[in-house]
Amino acid sequence: MGHNHHHDHDDHSHLSGIELRVRALESILVEKGYVDPAAIDALVETYEVKVGPRNGAKVVAKAWADPDYREWLRTDATAAIASLGFIGRQGEQMVAVENTPDQHNMVVCTLCSCYPWPVLGLPPVWYKSAPYRSRAVLDPRGVLAEFGVHLPETTRIRIWDSTAEVRYLVIPMRPDGTEDMSQEALAELVTRDSMIGTGLARQPEAMR
Amino acid sequence: MSRYEDMARVAAEVAPIPRGDDGEPVFREPWEAQAFAMTLALYERGLFTWTEWAAALSGAIKQAQTAGDCDDGSTYYQHWLSAIEQLVSDKGIASEQALAARRDAWDRAAHATPHGQPILLDNDPLR
Repeated sequence: MGHNHHHDHDDHSHLSGIELRVRALESILVEKGYVDPAAIDALVETYEVKVGPRNGAKVVAKAWADPDYREWLRTDATAAIASLGFIGRQGEQMVAVENTPDQHNMVVCTLCSCYPWPVLGLPPVWYKSAPYRSRAVLDPRGVLAEFGVHLPETTRIRIWDSTAEVRYLVIPMRPDGTEDMSQEALAELVTRDSMIGTGLARQPEAMR
Repeated sequence: MSRYEDMARVAAEVAPIPRGDDGEPVFREPWEAQAFAMTLALYERGLFTWTEWAAALSGAIKQAQTAGDCDDGSTYYQHWLSAIEQLVSDKGIASEQALAARRDAWDRAAHATPHGQPILLDNDPLR
């Protein structure tokens, strides 16, 4: 990688007004012993599964089924995704990266804030972990193997580093044998991990 | 989750929480789930009753509406957060001034943290 998405004068972190309020409140409550941060994390994780990456799955299914939409997603993912009503509140730019037989895409970031919430909901805990980020960069094939994904040696793996300004959505490859499926049925094949790049879309037979 | 449904029921008397197509609760950003989880944790510690919570949430929503809130559901958890801040202040745990000072500290900490590293309160240069 080695590229830097930031301007020189802006290479620091930023918290939105609402994030400042939440952090201020939580840190005081923790200090005074009113809440246990581990308990808060556990609760957040419980509800994480309730958010689900359904919005992103709808985007991917539409891209699979509708070539015009797919082209729009390639050229202006922010607008194409917003057209379905999924709009980020922080003005972040969305970029869709498409998996092909030649290239598999995987997304990382150390900060939980660098995650496409409007399409994927809350980030999984492993996504925020330091080992995931460092290993995804150094040994992407090893990380994928741990997720149960084994790609052909000829498939290149490209890592995309999220920033506060740019968030990536992986468009997984459409499984074979899905030509007759509706967009709703296709969306069921699209897992969260397949849109981060640590998984593949489900096979239709796995749904029966 | 029954604890969750208890809370949803109380909130529904004031304003129903946002839910997805399938009836499951929806949080659009991590902070919304954090605000929700803090309320649940404080309630379980006995810091306030459901009646007090309903009154605080109702007050926060009325205040926002008076101030011209768009009232389309997108600001729901902002009201939720205002309600907790109010209760925490009323109960003498953290005054409005203490919360404001801590927000400033987090803001300085964020600016002092290079992108890509965890933002810690200890990064605040004035701390």
